[in-house]
Parts: sequence; structure tokens; C-alpha cells
Amino acid sequence: MSTEGTHTGKFRAEHFGTLGAQKDAAHLGMWTFLATELLLFTGLFAVYAVYRWAYGGLFHEAQKHMDVLLGTVNTFLLVVSSTLVALAPRALEAKRTHVATLLLLGAIAMGLAFLVLKGVEWGHHAHEGALPGQWYAFEKLRVPGASLFYTLYFLMTGLHALHMLIGVVVLAVLAVRLRRRTITAEYPVALELGGMYWHFVDIIWLFLYPLLYLA
Amino acid sequence: MSPPPAEVPSYLTAEAGLWSWLRTKDHKRIGVLYLVLVLLFFALGGFFALALRLELLTPEPDVLGPMAYNRAFTLHGVIMVWLFLIPSVPTTFGNFLLPIMVGARDVAFPRLNLFSWYLFAAGGVITLWGLFQGGADTGWTFYTPYSTTSGTDVLPILVGVFIIGFSSILTGLNFIVTVHTLRAPGLTWMRMPLFVWALYGTSLIQVLATPILGMVLLLVAVERVAGIGLFDVGRGGDPVLFQHLFWFYSHPAVYIMILPTMGVLSEVICAFSRKNPFSYRMIVLGTVGIAFVGFFSWGHHMFVAGQSVAGSGAFGALSMLVAIFTSIKVFTWIGTLYRGSIVLSAPLVYALGFIFFIFFGGMTGVAVATTSADVHWHDTYFVVGHFHYIMVGSALMGFLAALHYWFPKMFGRMYPSGPAIGSAVLIIFGFIVTFLPHFLLGNMGMPRRYATYPAEFQALHVASTAGASLLAYGFLGIAGYLVWALVKGPLAGDNPWRSHGYEWASHSPPPAANFLTPPEFEREPHDYTVVEAPRVY
Repeated sequence: MSTEGTHTGKFRAEHFGTLGAQKDAAHLGMWTFLATELLLFTGLFAVYAVYRWAYGGLFHEAQKHMDVLLGTVNTFLLVVSSTLVALAPRALEAKRTHVATLLLLGAIAMGLAFLVLKGVEWGHHAHEGALPGQWYAFEKLRVPGASLFYTLYFLMTGLHALHMLIGVVVLAVLAVRLRRRTITAEYPVALELGGMYWHFVDIIWLFLYPLLYLA
Repeated sequence: MSPPPAEVPSYLTAEAGLWSWLRTKDHKRIGVLYLVLVLLFFALGGFFALALRLELLTPEPDVLGPMAYNRAFTLHGVIMVWLFLIPSVPTTFGNFLLPIMVGARDVAFPRLNLFSWYLFAAGGVITLWGLFQGGADTGWTFYTPYSTTSGTDVLPILVGVFIIGFSSILTGLNFIVTVHTLRAPGLTWMRMPLFVWALYGTSLIQVLATPILGMVLLLVAVERVAGIGLFDVGRGGDPVLFQHLFWFYSHPAVYIMILPTMGVLSEVICAFSRKNPFSYRMIVLGTVGIAFVGFFSWGHHMFVAGQSVAGSGAFGALSMLVAIFTSIKVFTWIGTLYRGSIVLSAPLVYALGFIFFIFFGGMTGVAVATTSADVHWHDTYFVVGHFHYIMVGSALMGFLAALHYWFPKMFGRMYPSGPAIGSAVLIIFGFIVTFLPHFLLGNMGMPRRYATYPAEFQALHVASTAGASLLAYGFLGIAGYLVWALVKGPLAGDNPWRSHGYEWASHSPPPAANFLTPPEFEREPHDYTVVEAPRVY
């Protein structure tokens, strides 16, 4: 892709020859960053795989105490929010900046709803004593190693929630910049990158959901 | 060669004042900023190495008690691995030279580059604070369950190294994107300087392996704070899992340390034998091969940790593949030297030292990758000797070669050749005296990490300590003449080595924009079939 922009001077940093090159660099940088992020989660997925292998029956038992309804609602919220974020650059391209801003605001609302539901769920677990390691006091499941499932559950959903929080902030900044017209159809790269990050966080959840709630 | 135009200031004088350095986005200045920190950390780590060697002069604990000794070797290891070796070549010479070598004005993300430096500085300060105010006794590897139960102050060190890891990832990301998107017109992949290839391979490892380290350090930190039980046998966890995750990063990390210095070697050897590389393609293959295979050999650190025989065998065999790729490179360097017009200089002496040491380090590496032999050598001084041959003998020699080769490029001044070659010889000789006895000690059964030892080991320990003092004198010598050269050294000119490397196609020191006119690299990067040095743009 070497789509030479018309107003190169406005958006282009001087060490890039063309605006197209700068755009390519920004995209490649984001993909590389997402690869790093994926490897960060892979550490936890690997730990999950090891303990699932060692305590298969136990993990199965523990999953019966998960709130599948809340997990499913949250999955729905994330998938829809990702769709909204994906539509935003299209709206911007069609010069409908208001619509793009509204789409982002919708996604932010869904992200916040996800976090609230997640908090409610954590509250339930804490109330029942289904907590990691030394805090574990879950009466319904008292077998050796049972705390490991909840350790992993809290670590994985916690790290994911942290990413969600960052994602919400990113989307909010993008919405403000759209409103101030500092992101325009001529150079919508920031919006695309923010969207990539949001989709990544969404996709991580699509793996967490079956691993923690269904299988 | 065109005379340096007086009207264009170099990057050093383009802006004045400390503040202009601290908020610079110029990759060259950021490289220099890294160099300052990295050299400072190296001096600190070296000081504690001397303290350890001093303690080991006698069998009794007379300089450091056992606890102080544990803290000192943790200090030495943490500083040398995380604060010196991993960032050493990529962040300093890589930052300075990579954009110039690909004909770019800067790295792809200059602000991110400066941010990485601040992250590194912050991580370094937190780590050092942890090491000095409390001090940990876990060693640089933080093995569980000891690291989760030790009463010493492990937490700030974990946090510090975690932050440094992020700095390393961002530098790698920046380099990858720079190589992909900012190469000058006509600079195809197979015409990139070999140093750029080495940095590219290193960056891939940094981006793909470091997050796993970040995660495992985080898990140990959470374990210490909240007792979550992931690595605690009492709660169903498995401490060996820590080792797997840790070495999944930390073994490739060895290649983060060695690959860039191998790139330095390729540059230095071509420049001082005034010959094209014996095989450009094979060096590229070796670089990519090491970067790839390095990801699949971590299990050789766990031969005696209850790993299955099949697993150990596979990891042993994969580890030996690294030796094949390394020997391809060594063969190519020697092939380049053979019948070259060799110019004896300090960088070349370090390069020759590197080749000699990687023979020993590499071959003993194959030896300890052999499962049956490793049972005898595991956790002995044999292993200490092996990895010091790689990390000091090779990586550090490569760093010194780079420092001496590119010093006139970076600062425009020349150091005196005689003292430089003298120090190089002293350091190489001192290194052999320090670390050769370690192989013998380890083979006799001397275990690692002890402040005391039986009297029959003393002679070899005395030799090792004597060698360490020679090393110290060598480094003091370097510090002396480099500081002198920085202030009073004669001006070096644009290309004092008459090197044909791309980086010498800009002025020395380069102007802030790197090139005054857009460069065109018409020849191969190490082409000595033509006599004249490249035109200065």
C-alpha cells in the first residue's frame, strides 16, 4: 500500500517519505504490539493447559459453579461492541463523523457494562469464598488443588478486565478526537489502531469464555 | 571523501544543554543516553563480580558472610543480565546505527524510542533500589519456591525487571517496523548490512519471548503478595512450571545477548580484513536459524529437575542445532579473514577474542546439552565457566569491539591505538585466567553459589581471582583512554577505518538528519571489490 495522501504535510512525520509509508508503519507497529500482547496471555493459557491436564476432573467440577448466564451476556456485549467499533471507520469514511462518534460511545457503554457485570460476578465468588490460593474457603468444592481453578480464573479475567479498562480509555480518547476533528477521513489511522486493540481484547475473551465457563 | 561541511552541526552540537538530551527524539542521542546507563550498570555489576572473587580467594568466609555473598551474586547476576547484557548492543549501537544503516532519518517511532529509555531508566532505578536497600538472595533466576518464600526483598526487583522487559519489547518493536518500512530505495532484504540482520533477529526474540518473562515475574510477585499457590506444591501448584516459563524467555534471552554481537563481528571482520563476507547468505541463515531454534531449547536447563527422558533428549538435540548455526557463522568469519588484507586494530583484536572464546563456550555448551554429562556438571562451576565464556568471552568482547569500531563514528574523535590494543590483550588474557579454572573446578565437583569451599580447590580459585584483577585493570585502561579521547582525542575524520559499511556513508559524527542528501546504496553492504570507500552523503 503506498497511497500517497493529498495533505501529506499535515499528518506526516518528517522521517517518513510518504504518508502511505507512515500508515504502513503504524499498522505494522500495532500488529507487532498485539503479537506481544498475545504472548503475554499465552503465558496464562499455558499455565491453564498444564493444570487442566493435571486436574481435569476438578476443573470440570469447578466450572459447574460458574455463572454461565453472566458470562454469556458479557460475551454478547463484547461481540456487539466490536461490531460497532468495526463500523466506525466506515462511518468516518462516509464523512459521517457524528455516527462514528456515537458508535464508539455505544461500544464504550457496552465495555463498561461488561466490567460492571464482571465485578458483580467477582463479588459473588468472593462472597462464597471461591478465591485464589490462601484465601480459598469455598464450601461446595473442598478438594486439594481446587483453589488453582479460581486462581487462574481471577488472573485471566483480571488481566483481561485490565485490558478492557485500557480499551475503554482508548475508545474515549478516540471519541473526543473525532469530536474535535483531529481524526478525519483523510488520515483515520488512530481510529483503525484503537479498533484493532479493542478487537484483540474481544478475541481474547472469546477464548476465555469457553475455557472458564463451558468446557 | 568530501570535507565535513562546517555549516551543518553534528547531532552532538545541534542542540545544547542537558534538557535537550533528556527530551531528544533523535535515535543517535537516545543511543548515547543508553550507552551512559549501560556502562554505569556494567561498572556496578563488575564491582560486585570483584567482591565475589575476593571472597573466593580463601576457603573461609572472611570478606562476605554467606548471606552477604548470596546478595552479592544476586546483585552481580541481576545487573549483568537484565541491566547490561540484554540492552547492551541493541539499545546503544543498534539505536545509533540501525536507521543510518538502512538510510533512514530516524527509527519508525521516535517518541516511543525515548519512552523506552525512560522505562529502562525507571526499571533500572527500581531494580537497583531493591538490590541495595533490602537485597535478594535468589540469584538472577528467581527460582520458585525459594523466590516466593525467601525473606529477602524480591518484590521491587521483580517489578524493576518487569518494567525493563517492556522497554526491551518496545525497542524490538521499533526496530522491526523500522527495518520493514524505512529502508532506503533499492535496499532490498538481501542487501541489508549484517548488523541490521542481527538486530532484526534479536528484535523478533525480544517481542515474542519477553512477554512470557513479564507474565512469569508477575505471577511470582502475585504469589509473594497474595499467596495464590500457582507454584506452591501445598496448594496443588508445580514449582517446575516456573522454570519452564522462565527459561522459555531466558534461554532465547541468551541469543538476545549474543546475536547482536555476532552482527558486530560480521561488520568488524569485513572492515578489517578488507574483504567481502565469505558468505553473506550463510551468515543471514545462521542469524535467522539461531533466532528460531533458540525458542525450542529451553528444556536443557531442567535435565535434573524431573523432566521426562524423551523431553530431555529432544531439548538436548535441539540445543545442539544452535551450535551448528553458530559454527556456520564462525566458519564464515574465518573464511572472511583468510587471505584478507588484515589491519590489526583494537576492534579486530576483540573480534578474534570473540571467535576464540565462542569455540570454548560453544563446545562446552554442546557438552552440557548432553543429558548424561550434564548430570555431573549441573549446578557446578563447569556451567559457570560455560556461560561466562558465552556472556563475557563472546557477548562482552563483541560489545567492546563495537565500542572501539564505532567510537569515532559516534563522537568523531579517535582513541590511541597502542593502549587500546594493549588493554584488549590484557582483557583477553585476564579472561582466560579467570574462567578457564572454572571448567576444572566444576569438573572436580565445586558447586555454584557457595561462599566457602574445601581447601583443595583454593589454588584454582586464587588463579581465577588473579585473572579477575587483570580484567579490572583492562577495563580501567579502557575507561582512561576513552575519556581522554572524548575530550582531547584527535579528530577522526568521516571514515577513519576506510570501511565500506553503509553507516560510514554519513559524516562522523553524523548531522542530526543523518544524511545531508538522500543516500543511495548502490553496492552490497560489505563490498570491498571496489577500492574506494563509499561516498559521504
